[in-house]
Amino acid sequence: MSEKRAKKRTEVADIDRSLYDFKKSEEGYERFDDGLSADIVREISAKKDEPPWMLDLRLHSLELYEQMKMPSNWGPSIAGLDMKNISTYVTSGSAQVDSWEEVPEDIKDTFERLGIPEAERESLAGVGAQYDSELVYHNMREEVAELGVVYSGIEEALHGPYAPLIKEHFMKLVPPTDHKFAALHGAVWSGGSFVYVPAGVDVPFPLQSYFRLNAAGAGQFEHTLIIVEPGANVHFIEGCSAPKYNVANLHAGCVELYVAKGARLRYSTIENWSKNMYNLNTKRARVEADGVIEWISGSFGSHVGYLYPSSLLMGERARCEFTGITFAGAGQNLDTGCKVHMAAPDTRASVSTKSISKSGGISTFRSSVVVTPKAENARTTVSCQSLMLDDESVSDTIPAMDVRNATAQIGHEATIGRISDDTIFYLMSRGIAEEEARAMVVNGFAEPISKELPLEYAVEMTNLIKLEMEGAIG
Amino acid sequence: MAISKPLIDITNVTALAGEKEILHNVSLALDAGTCHVLMGPNGAGKSTLGHVIMADPEYTLSSGSIAFEGKDITDMPTYKRALAGIFLSFQAPVEVPGVPLYSFLRTICAARPELKMTARQFRKHVHELADELEMDEAYLTRDLGVGFSGGEKKKVEMLQLLLLQPKLAILDETDSGLDVDALSVVSKGIDAYRKSCDGTLLIITHNTRILERVSVDRVHVMVDGRLVDEGNASLISRIDAHGFEAYTQE
Ligand SMILES: Nc1ncnc2c1ncn2[C@@H]1O[C@H](COP(=O)(O)OP(=O)(O)O)[C@@H](O)[C@H]1O
Ligand SMILES: [Mg+2]
Repeated sequence: MSEKRAKKRTEVADIDRSLYDFKKSEEGYERFDDGLSADIVREISAKKDEPPWMLDLRLHSLELYEQMKMPSNWGPSIAGLDMKNISTYVTSGSAQVDSWEEVPEDIKDTFERLGIPEAERESLAGVGAQYDSELVYHNMREEVAELGVVYSGIEEALHGPYAPLIKEHFMKLVPPTDHKFAALHGAVWSGGSFVYVPAGVDVPFPLQSYFRLNAAGAGQFEHTLIIVEPGANVHFIEGCSAPKYNVANLHAGCVELYVAKGARLRYSTIENWSKNMYNLNTKRARVEADGVIEWISGSFGSHVGYLYPSSLLMGERARCEFTGITFAGAGQNLDTGCKVHMAAPDTRASVSTKSISKSGGISTFRSSVVVTPKAENARTTVSCQSLMLDDESVSDTIPAMDVRNATAQIGHEATIGRISDDTIFYLMSRGIAEEEARAMVVNGFAEPISKELPLEYAVEMTNLIKLEMEGAIG
Repeated sequence: MAISKPLIDITNVTALAGEKEILHNVSLALDAGTCHVLMGPNGAGKSTLGHVIMADPEYTLSSGSIAFEGKDITDMPTYKRALAGIFLSFQAPVEVPGVPLYSFLRTICAARPELKMTARQFRKHVHELADELEMDEAYLTRDLGVGFSGGEKKKVEMLQLLLLQPKLAILDETDSGLDVDALSVVSKGIDAYRKSCDGTLLIITHNTRILERVSVDRVHVMVDGRLVDEGNASLISRIDAHGFEAYTQE
């Protein structure tokens, strides 16, 4: 019937991403040779003046990396990623400072355009900003520091009083043996944040780290380590973006979260890497009794993404709430989802995700729920809704369940839908142009997720969706 | 003597859904401020005519033209027709999860600067109208159409009609599936619409009850995609008594 119209609709003009897609010169930057070798790893370590155990960890990781095979039977292809062409370390050479005034003009301008200093003034307890391989800015409000909260660059913390604590936790949740890109991360990690929230402290505003990868053909390997002590509560926000290049870039960050008894951590991410990015990121949380991990995850960017934040519910009544949205447009193949490992009685998990695919984009939702024999009365609900905006796009759901306790209750529901022509006609008949009508439906679909985000991020997500929807009609 | 142009002038329209011809050479002209009723058996093409007037992309015109206020709108897209002052109340209004009714109403009003409504006036007006239509105000914060009963959906259509005050309102079986109370609310709404802006109406209905309150200028009968008869309001009671047999037996 309306085949001609459907075809026409799905022609996509190049999306204007000027909001994120601006490049800065790399002139005068220090850039290590492309590819990977023990020499490069030693060079990175020496530059950072690290304790010897860290160099050992790096070299051991490199060995593992070299032994492990590229994942081949898993999700979207990463054949286009050739490590020989990736520089693992690039820095502007500017030292990390705690005042935006001291940040070099170019870099400051970048973060200003991304709205970071403004957000910091208005609604954040602390901010870290990483540019390529190194942090360029880190600061926290005085009154939060007075509560005993630590929020700093992780490398900096390795030289301070928390060094033993970091050693105890660093790559223990995500060991280099986990998978090839965890090994790579162990070898060349650089930058990232360390957060420590003492027992009983309720951090009144979110902490935020922003990661910007400006250099072409480079990798970003930041490490985030968060320790929330018993009864404490904190919200951490992570944002990331990059300009688009026509060579592959790689992000293989690692996030390790330790949520102690009765503590609560909300970890929000808006990921908006450019569409030449391979985002092979690993995030994991360990939650003790009565603790809560809340994941809010928005994935909009990247050419290929593997992202499955996982939660190990180790103590009784530990909980995980996962709320995620993935938007895969032209040229994107995003394999996202989450894992929950329920290893104690009365643990709870609720997973709710939305995925949108458009203009040939592929979005796959992968979930894995494991219930161990110990997890009496574990309860999980997994719900995944997909919206395909045209016939070329693909949406898929791959749930895996491994339930080893008969008292467990597991619910799973998945729906895949399209925007109906009737809905669009209805909205148009009330005076709304087609493009706007589509954006309205998509934003409505995403609303249960966006309402979980801090306001400025909800606005950003609405804008991102609008941006993605623009030019969707030929 | 100046000859006044009709508000809408549909001339020899033949419309298809895919390959299937549904409307055959339909002509219909409505003068501003008049009230017309379109009747006909199920499947006659009444809804299709409403949708064609609104430029539903589902249908293509193989011939004919449509003029609105003297201007040819045959190629005008749906949303522009809406902004020009044409309104189609849907026989089956849709559901849009995640879009609260209130913000939807705000959006469609914002698209019409001529309404000159401040946020405050808008708020007040919407609540007054909801009240008039005996709608629970809780509906305003719910997602458009989601979990609304058939009757509530129709009331939401009336709410938009009264809010937007279009020059031409096509009401497609706004009365079907309503209980007696809802029916009287809807017919009061129609009354209010006419009084407030001297609007022009094309009412598609099976139900003569809804017409008791409104004074009808002209009645049109459609069978098998053709307009086969027209007359004054007395035609309604004739059809009420005898149905469409007289037209279908030919
Ligand atoms: N999109 C469509 N595709 C195919 N057939 C259609 C479509 N829309 C309407 N029709 C057909 O056209 C005829 C008229 O339908 P409709 O206008 O809904 O009638 P009415 O509103 O008078 O009951 C029916 O036979 C219906 O099945
Ligand atoms: Mg009908």
